[in-house]
Amino acid sequence: MSLLDIRNLTVEFATASGKFRAVDGVDLSVDKGELMAIVGESGSGKSVSMLALMGLLPWTATITADQLSFEGIDLTKISARDRRKIIGKDIAMIFQEPMSSLNPCFTVGFQIKEALRIHLGLNRKERHERAIELFDQVGIPAPESRLNTFPHQMSGGMNQRVMIAMAIACKPKLLIADEPTTALDVTIQAQILDLLLRLRDEQGMGLVLITHDMGVVAETAERVQVQYAGQKVEEQPVKDLFRTPRHPYTVALLNALPERATSKLLPTIPGVVPGQFDRPKGCLFSPRCQYADDLCRSLPPTPHSAEFGKARCHYVEKIIAGELA
Amino acid sequence: MFGYFLTRLGMFIPTFLGVTLISFMFIRVLPGDPIIVMAGERGMTEERYQEMVEKLGFDKPVLQQYWDYLVGVLHGDLGESFVTKKPVWDEFFALFPATLELSICAMIFAVALGLPAGVIAAVNRGKFFDRALMSSALVGYSMPIFWWALLLIIVFSGNLGWTPVSGRIDLLYYFPSVTGFMLIDSLLSGQAGAFGSAVRHLILPTIVLGTIPLAVIARQTRSAMLEVLGEDYIRTARAKGLSPSRINGLHALRNALIPVITVIGLSVGTLLAGAILTETIFSWPGIGKWMVDSIFRRDYPVVQGGLLMIAVIVMLVNLLVDVLYGIINPKIRRR
Repeated sequence: MSLLDIRNLTVEFATASGKFRAVDGVDLSVDKGELMAIVGESGSGKSVSMLALMGLLPWTATITADQLSFEGIDLTKISARDRRKIIGKDIAMIFQEPMSSLNPCFTVGFQIKEALRIHLGLNRKERHERAIELFDQVGIPAPESRLNTFPHQMSGGMNQRVMIAMAIACKPKLLIADEPTTALDVTIQAQILDLLLRLRDEQGMGLVLITHDMGVVAETAERVQVQYAGQKVEEQPVKDLFRTPRHPYTVALLNALPERATSKLLPTIPGVVPGQFDRPKGCLFSPRCQYADDLCRSLPPTPHSAEFGKARCHYVEKIIAGELA
Repeated sequence: MFGYFLTRLGMFIPTFLGVTLISFMFIRVLPGDPIIVMAGERGMTEERYQEMVEKLGFDKPVLQQYWDYLVGVLHGDLGESFVTKKPVWDEFFALFPATLELSICAMIFAVALGLPAGVIAAVNRGKFFDRALMSSALVGYSMPIFWWALLLIIVFSGNLGWTPVSGRIDLLYYFPSVTGFMLIDSLLSGQAGAFGSAVRHLILPTIVLGTIPLAVIARQTRSAMLEVLGEDYIRTARAKGLSPSRINGLHALRNALIPVITVIGLSVGTLLAGAILTETIFSWPGIGKWMVDSIFRRDYPVVQGGLLMIAVIVMLVNLLVDVLYGIINPKIRRR
């Protein structure tokens, strides 16, 4: 049994101009101790699908799923109160903006001890000791004195460490990191990623890493899932994905990596991710795809077998065979 | 923090001087001669009139009069009432507890209802409670205070007979004034029923005076909460698995309090101004009624002194508000 098993997750937002489908039939499974990366451009529904799992979407969102289970418990079928016993304890999440993700009115010590009190029921002294231990674990120097500082008195990197310490406070089985390094300096990015990997090894927790940085994926992940416009378009182990990408979108993403550039101009994917009003009828990637034909523009493709990276494309076999180029 | 406090205190001085000047000029600009008003219908002889002019210092140049007044104020002497011949200072403090008692009750009423109402409305945005609350807040805010008072008197005192119409306590009870606060004095007196009577007398004036601040606080709390609820740190709090009551009541409200405290501070000014009307309607023996009476009598020292004292109180409250900002949101302290 996987730690996390999501089947056919769909999230729709009610907007003034009708329903907007941000996540469209996404599957995801993560095993214990596994590092799963979700990649895709902005607006491809990476964060929204994870926020849906955490129950953090606003009330305008409608979430439907065939299965949304964590350790065999279907999260859609339990009460909000029972769900809060899992969220923050067994499943934790860290976010993109460490500076605004911490409450400016409370010391970081208060904010980390709060979770310890509510989920683990530790007393004052135990909380204090555990908080120091956690700060030490995430590499915050002088942890005892840092407990009394406010978020605005620390740097972004330090705040992200606090966020991570808060997330791992109750030894979660699954940690979701939503672009944890995007707002940080490159040197700090590497430190934070190393920290996450070390914590995963130490605690054996599953890790879902949401990112749009293929470099980060290559260095860290074991399995990768590519999302586009709310759909999962491909899923492969990381080595296979980089060696033999199946979906034209993945190919284009990898070609856009600066390291792979062959000419002076970096290759790009023309156009943008379709939004609420320009959603294509057939394959969602068809307006930007170099191989797209009438079939692609009229009929939405279904995912292929695992052998072909579960790619959502009509022409996977043909592209591999080199018949289309 | 201490430096911050001193800076705020330093800003007092120009405001204070401005208030003395305005209150001094304001009463003199009003038409009407205090000496003739004092003389009443019988009038007075020319010699007696000149004597009074000299005695009250009206023969001196206006600038000289202002200077004398300012020097007096700085020595803690607000002058004596033309009418009662008692020091303004003494009169003010004899009456002020009544106003303070009413204002505090009105403020507690406004905050105790307005804050939770605003929070609940924000959390249930767009739903029935939110709409109902915000419409009634608008009604409460736009309602003329005297009309609202009369309406309440007709219903609760007239028709239902639940509350007394005016005054601070029933005439049945008599006890010496210790603190000046009727609620405390009635308890100290130990007389059965005295406290209940004092409370019943307070109910309607409190509601009338507290209605506008209540509406303002409820609306401000709602909008501040709505803004804060969209912040990233609220998402973090929810991701921690905290209960909605803890998220809304602690994590969000603490951040939303800054603008709310600002309007509470500003409401104190409104409250003291509103007290003049409310006290007149309910015959509440506070400074509001005293000030109005003094204006009609052209009792210059009382009007000047009363205005100055009210202004100082409003300034002090706002100083307190500034200090509270720093306590609630540590980020502000460092600016």
